[in-house]
Amino acid sequence: MLKRVKTWGPGVLLLAPTIILVGVFVYWLIIENFRVSLTNQHTAKPSNKYVGFENYTNLLADPNFQHSLWNLLILTIVFLGGTLIFGFLWAWILEQPAKGEGFFRSVYLFPMSVSFIASGVVWRWLLSSLQTTQPGGERTTGLNRLLDSVGLGALQNDWWSNPTWGIAAIALPAVWQLSGYVMALFLAGFRGIPDELREAARIDGCTEWKLYRHVIFPQLSPVMLSAIIIIGHMSLKLFDLIRAIVPDANTYDVQVPATMMWVKYIGSDYADAAAIGTILLVLVALVVIPYLWYTSRAEKR
Amino acid sequence: MSTATVKNNRRLRSAQDMASDAKRTTKRRINRTLKYALLIFFVIVILLPAYVLVITSFKGTADADPSRAWYLPEVWETGGWVKAWTTLAPSLGRTVMLVVPSALLSAFLGSINGYVLAKWRFPGANIVFTLILFGMFIPYQAVMIPLTQLVSNLGVPQGVPSLMLLHIVYGLPICTLIFRNYYASVPDELIEASRMDGAGILRTYGSVIFPLSAPGFVVVLIWQFTSAWNDYLFAAFFSSGRNGPVTIALSFLAGGQLTDYAASMAGALIASVPTLIVYILLGKYFVGGLMSGSVKG
Repeated sequence: MLKRVKTWGPGVLLLAPTIILVGVFVYWLIIENFRVSLTNQHTAKPSNKYVGFENYTNLLADPNFQHSLWNLLILTIVFLGGTLIFGFLWAWILEQPAKGEGFFRSVYLFPMSVSFIASGVVWRWLLSSLQTTQPGGERTTGLNRLLDSVGLGALQNDWWSNPTWGIAAIALPAVWQLSGYVMALFLAGFRGIPDELREAARIDGCTEWKLYRHVIFPQLSPVMLSAIIIIGHMSLKLFDLIRAIVPDANTYDVQVPATMMWVKYIGSDYADAAAIGTILLVLVALVVIPYLWYTSRAEKR
Repeated sequence: MSTATVKNNRRLRSAQDMASDAKRTTKRRINRTLKYALLIFFVIVILLPAYVLVITSFKGTADADPSRAWYLPEVWETGGWVKAWTTLAPSLGRTVMLVVPSALLSAFLGSINGYVLAKWRFPGANIVFTLILFGMFIPYQAVMIPLTQLVSNLGVPQGVPSLMLLHIVYGLPICTLIFRNYYASVPDELIEASRMDGAGILRTYGSVIFPLSAPGFVVVLIWQFTSAWNDYLFAAFFSSGRNGPVTIALSFLAGGQLTDYAASMAGALIASVPTLIVYILLGKYFVGGLMSGSVKG
């Protein structure tokens, strides 16, 4: 027993600072946040009355919050769909060695190194909602102006100023920024498929389509899963991009839970802010926990 | 079959081969043209926002006419850059002061953790690792309210000190993950040999592991540097325009109702320069960090 402690002890001791920090700053705070969300701390004045799940039921009944959940759904679908399509397409084109391949890869990936706040500055201008056909249309800038001048004026639209679909316009910059990342993931996946496997399939008389369908796609599915988890959980947390494009935090059109939590915090409604935080955590956990469980099992095998 | 017909057949076949060869080459050529056309189209799409950023940042107020929005400046002016620089300079200094030490410290702690979890395993190490890893995925909104309370109770001032603490703590999971995966490829025999020589956990780290760690450190430092530099969420909750990092200053510069487009676009470029330089110089390692974000070792 003593010998065991001697061999494990130092390791546990070295890990202790991290275990304590993560224990306090992640797990204890999650519990503490949940506790606050069950109180009536709706103003800056400290108040600790236990109200059960009242804040949650009120939130879920609030049309503003329901709309933020709808927006989150649309955002996630467009963000995921866009990054997967472009990421896969680019990886697929760049998979075979080609001249200038490194250049294209670097360009596709570069938006990833820029902050959402910086890219938001230009996207806010690009997605300006004014249209040339509207009164005051001579002030139109951004994509609407570009579409008009290349003869695609009919495609002009009000981008993020649309209450139902506006959030999809916010997803555009997000797709622009992270498709390169998904491409990098898929490229790594493609490179991981041994050449012999393809050769063997070709010798067996596989057509290109069948080769993809039965050999390549199954080999890529773990990569695809990683991409979905990473982009999906980024989408659930997305905050800075929306704030950068739509500086008025209270804008109903593009409100998502993450920005609504900020609005509640600014308004000192700590209980509601905490409740939104917990709801987001549950959404993320539903996606991430099975994934972590799956990877740790896959590692054992 | 006479020899003549066989010969004829052979000639025929080779003629067919040549025809299909030619067809294949044309097909390949079309494919290649299509491929490059697509690649270049997407390069234009990706670079379009960058083009707007650069040209608009050099426009004067008179030139900022919306009808000329997509054209090069008539006169290249640097007024926007001067204004952006004077507005952002103090916050740039603060960002460096906060990002560099926190990246170094979390990388160092992550290296120790990764070493223990990969090479000095104890029962339950896997569970501990998964629990640490979960910290990387949580939406920080789910801890933010009590976190503001905790940080102020600990007496850590707003601005640089708070943000430094937070970037170190919440950077630990990913640093640990990257180093654990990195050290998994170090042969166990090296550790065993060092143990046989009577070296303890720390001496083995110092003499065997640390000297091998340079690539791991590069990946982790780049990752931590970039994510802390680009952070806005913690900055919004734990700092103000007076003591905050560059993302906060930029959002104030660009966020008003009457926005100076030239200055805000120049500001966006200034705020992105450090991470862009890192990306251009060390792109390979940058991608390495990205890959490890996908958990798999």
